Amino acid sequence: MTTSESNEFFHGSVGIVHTQIISFDSFTLEGGETITPLEIAFETYGTLNEKKDNAILVCHALSGDAHAAGFHEGDKRPGWWDYYIGPGKAFDTNRYFIISSNVIGGCKGSSGPLSTNGKTGKPFQSTFPFVSIGDMVNAQEKLIRHFGIHKLFAVAGGSMGGMQALQWSVAYPDRLKNCIIMASSSEHSAQQIAFNEVGRQAILSDPNWNQGLYNQENRPSKGLALARMMGHITYLSDEMMREKFGRKPPKGNIQSTDFAVGSYLIYQGESFVDRFDANSYIYVTKALDHFSLGTGKELTKILAKVRCRFLVIAYTSDWLYPPYQSEEIVKSLEVNAVPVSFIELNNPAGHDSFLLPSEEQDSILRDFLSATDEGAFF
Amino acid sequence: MDLKNRPDISYIANLIKPGERVLDLGCGYGELMLILKNKGVRVQGIEKDDKCIIQCVKKSLYVHHGDIDDGLKHHLDHSFDFVILNQTIQQTLNPGDIIKECLRIGKQVIIVFPNFSHWQIRTSILLSGKTPVTDLMPFHWYDTPNLHYLSGKDFEDFCEFERIKVLHRAFFNRTRQIKLFPNLFATLALFVIRA
Repeated sequence: MTTSESNEFFHGSVGIVHTQIISFDSFTLEGGETITPLEIAFETYGTLNEKKDNAILVCHALSGDAHAAGFHEGDKRPGWWDYYIGPGKAFDTNRYFIISSNVIGGCKGSSGPLSTNGKTGKPFQSTFPFVSIGDMVNAQEKLIRHFGIHKLFAVAGGSMGGMQALQWSVAYPDRLKNCIIMASSSEHSAQQIAFNEVGRQAILSDPNWNQGLYNQENRPSKGLALARMMGHITYLSDEMMREKFGRKPPKGNIQSTDFAVGSYLIYQGESFVDRFDANSYIYVTKALDHFSLGTGKELTKILAKVRCRFLVIAYTSDWLYPPYQSEEIVKSLEVNAVPVSFIELNNPAGHDSFLLPSEEQDSILRDFLSATDEGAFF
Repeated sequence: MDLKNRPDISYIANLIKPGERVLDLGCGYGELMLILKNKGVRVQGIEKDDKCIIQCVKKSLYVHHGDIDDGLKHHLDHSFDFVILNQTIQQTLNPGDIIKECLRIGKQVIIVFPNFSHWQIRTSILLSGKTPVTDLMPFHWYDTPNLHYLSGKDFEDFCEFERIKVLHRAFFNRTRQIKLFPNLFATLALFVIRA
């Protein structure tokens, strides 16, 4: 594994950034319910040019947020995609205007279970309406329109972010030039739903759950931590775990964890509880599970309407979103004669590979964006 | 020599018209695809080496990271004007099946392969009694990507047996097209076939 410090291909930082919140009067969800007002938390990096044709929307994964690059005041760790966003980086802020927004249904500033219900003056919690990937994308579209951007230079994302990018290409075919989908899928398999279900059931079985109307002082933290532990197992590869933890140190302790990997997961679970809301975890994982553009012929039919170039990246070691799911998208695009490049990177880090530094990934993202042509295809 | 000026490459480029759709199987670093793209051909490739994919993306080419032995099933019948197998077929596991699949998805198929009956190869086997290592096939038996060795005549026989129509045949060495005794003097054989 390489680090940002030791590699010259990951240099600049966008520096100190602030999350902003924009408010729209109202927003109707795919399910028919209306959110009043709609709030979207977002960050931007770089400058929108006069023609407004250099904007890239980056979409975050399950537990991500609007903070994709740079540092918040006092933070030691940068945003979740800092390896790839910044001056001179693959998403070069000297050239592109990068927008990252928190999805609705999330808990990091956008409308979601933590938002206040105007009628009761209290947080919605589990009375917030069901949110879909389509809703997340429609909310992003409102934000893009607010900037006066008609056509995005690119939409990019990994995992759930990849689903949003794919949804963009179908919902707004004329509003994006490039679509980058990493470690993602056109729909969850039964196995992926199963993992999410275990996570949700852990939350639902927490004594503090109270049908999602839990007291903020006594939240279903244990359940949420368990859900996160479960998730974390699926984000890493067997190889990565073996390298990181091995079997050390087995002390034969019955009462508590006695393996390094156990302590690691407990730490990940506990630290997640401080920054994520249990209801949001349920809303967002449900959105993931319900998302479906189909597979095979069904997917091919839906993707017939897309009008942008695609880059699809999968990772050999990703067993949560195995490469065949990416290839499914690619094949359906190819049948529609859509310009698409597909690469399966042999990065050992598992599903989380898209977040981590890799020279190959850097070069392919950079070159795909710079080599943009109008294409002989359309 | 610049690839563009190589006789086999310019022969292929002359066959394909701007606007036509081409699938290049085993496209390598995308040199041929780039020449075709610059001509206005709608070209996409398949390649199994990730380093090659990265270079293709740099050239703004569209490539699928995959192995043609794993199948081309998703492509519809006659969805490409040309399918190209440029020095690929000898490296595949099931060349017969792949050629038939190419004939299904391509209106025409261009196949180029090293000619195993070139006189240097023939004499090398005859004199040394060993598997030949030549400029064209610079590998040893234990490290070669080539799984099959065939000559122009072998391919003719295959087409006759399978009732595949040969539209064009051309033979080359590094610098020019070979017309006299090509099976003996050509290092490369090129066939354009259709179902």
